[in-house]
Amino acid sequence: MSDTFDVQARLGKPWKKPPFVRRAWLRWTLIVGFVAYLVAAYLTIDINWTRVYEGLERGKQFVLAFTSPDFTTRSGDIYAGMVESIVMTVTSSVVGIAISIPIALGAARNIAPLPIYLICRAIIAVSRALQEIIVAILLVAIFGFGPLAGFLTLSFATIGFLAKLLAEDIESMDKVQAEAIRASGAKWLQWVNYGIQPQVMPRLIGLSIYRFDINFRESAILGLVGAGGIGATLNTAFDRYEYDTAAAILLIIIVIVMALEYLSGIIRARVQ
Amino acid sequence: MPVTDHNGTKLWQRRTARESLSHWVMWLIGVAIFAYCWQRISETTTWFFVWDAPRIAGDLWARATPPKWDYIAQLGKPIWDTLNIATLGTLIALVLAIPVAFLAARNTTPSKLFIRPIALLIIVSTRSINSLIWALLLIAIIGPGVFAGVIAIAIRSVGFCAKLLYEAIEEIDDTQVEAITATGASRWQVMAYGIVPQILPAFAGIAVFRWDINIRESTVLGLVGAGGIGLQLSASLNVLAWPQVSLILLVILVAVVVSEWVSAKVRGAII
Repeated sequence: MSDTFDVQARLGKPWKKPPFVRRAWLRWTLIVGFVAYLVAAYLTIDINWTRVYEGLERGKQFVLAFTSPDFTTRSGDIYAGMVESIVMTVTSSVVGIAISIPIALGAARNIAPLPIYLICRAIIAVSRALQEIIVAILLVAIFGFGPLAGFLTLSFATIGFLAKLLAEDIESMDKVQAEAIRASGAKWLQWVNYGIQPQVMPRLIGLSIYRFDINFRESAILGLVGAGGIGATLNTAFDRYEYDTAAAILLIIIVIVMALEYLSGIIRARVQ
Repeated sequence: MPVTDHNGTKLWQRRTARESLSHWVMWLIGVAIFAYCWQRISETTTWFFVWDAPRIAGDLWARATPPKWDYIAQLGKPIWDTLNIATLGTLIALVLAIPVAFLAARNTTPSKLFIRPIALLIIVSTRSINSLIWALLLIAIIGPGVFAGVIAIAIRSVGFCAKLLYEAIEEIDDTQVEAITATGASRWQVMAYGIVPQILPAFAGIAVFRWDINIRESTVLGLVGAGGIGLQLSASLNVLAWPQVSLILLVILVAVVVSEWVSAKVRGAII
């Protein structure tokens, strides 16, 4: 604070918490604007409270369904959907990672020339801006229903995610090691293999496992638009109000995601 | 050692024989798994459609361009709905996430044995299920509309916000808390004056970050009937009105880019 601390003026006055936004007019504009927005938003959403109230009974049924999930009645569908989801996750992660490594090399400013850098960054930007489900809709329209569309969608999404984070890691690497390799007369490929790859490998492994985890979660919804996986089974279960089957599927998803998260924690702790 | 003696000259190798063998085996297993998975995808694919895909894609492109620009007049309300779903959903999620985060953080939880696992379970289960699935479920329960979207986004975001928030709480500086405790403050006063000021910047950052993600997610919630611009998208897709679809996709793209820009600016100002 620039103003001198005037003890006499403050004596005898209780302490007050300093406000989060110091400028008074800005604070009040923000508060008033926020309240006005809330009112406007609330007025434009028409909530059918009687419908919501009626739905509470069904909500209760659904919550109760979690205590007695039905794994058996549709076990064939659940099994097929789960296997398809996992297959999509594995293939798309492998292909996505394989494609994103060269793109990450191209998108790192310290090793790529400007034109390649711009092209690779553009690919990353496009892949990140389009959401999985929209890409899936388009790819289903082009390639037809089935896991191939899901596989392509997830691979495409993996590229944007992995290439961006890996490129950032390459950009912040230690130059000295790469220079030492180059000074030994290494070719470009050897330079990348011995100078750069060992430095970014822990991060690459961590990111790959994390993306594998995300791909599995995403593969659970791609079925909603016909791109294969467990989503189609889940959608059918909801449509038929078979909450016990839906609960079983959701439980399986949660357990697999938890297991993957646990596993990735262990592996990341080991490589880093 | 990776250095071997080869006819008197010393050769450096990256790995020992045993290491390279285990690498080999790992790669072999990996490739086998991949090949098996790929084979499974391949057998459920109608390859004729795939070879035909370039023609179909060109056909779609021809149908979708140019976008039907005057349709944008009808997109005002859906965009407003989308914004509301994201914003209100984030607000509700934050309100719910704060207690969960305090219960889940090791240093503030009332009981490490009983309450912390419950809070962690809430975090994991809400996080691992996509907002589209939550929307699907809520539509079955409370009917289609914007409200279902708001709640779906809110539930989905609780886990995310609570996880980041409890990590921030666990990283606070204990000395400040101790200082407040030493003045004789009650438990709630310690919270308000010792902990909250320390996590407030992180909290604001999380809120804006999640809002940005929620804008993205709420644009597609309409596909399952939960309001927003996705409703228009699915309606246009159903009647194969490709010029409208391309316009909606453009609008979604702009919304995503703008929200990312806003969130980056606000986060830059806070942190």
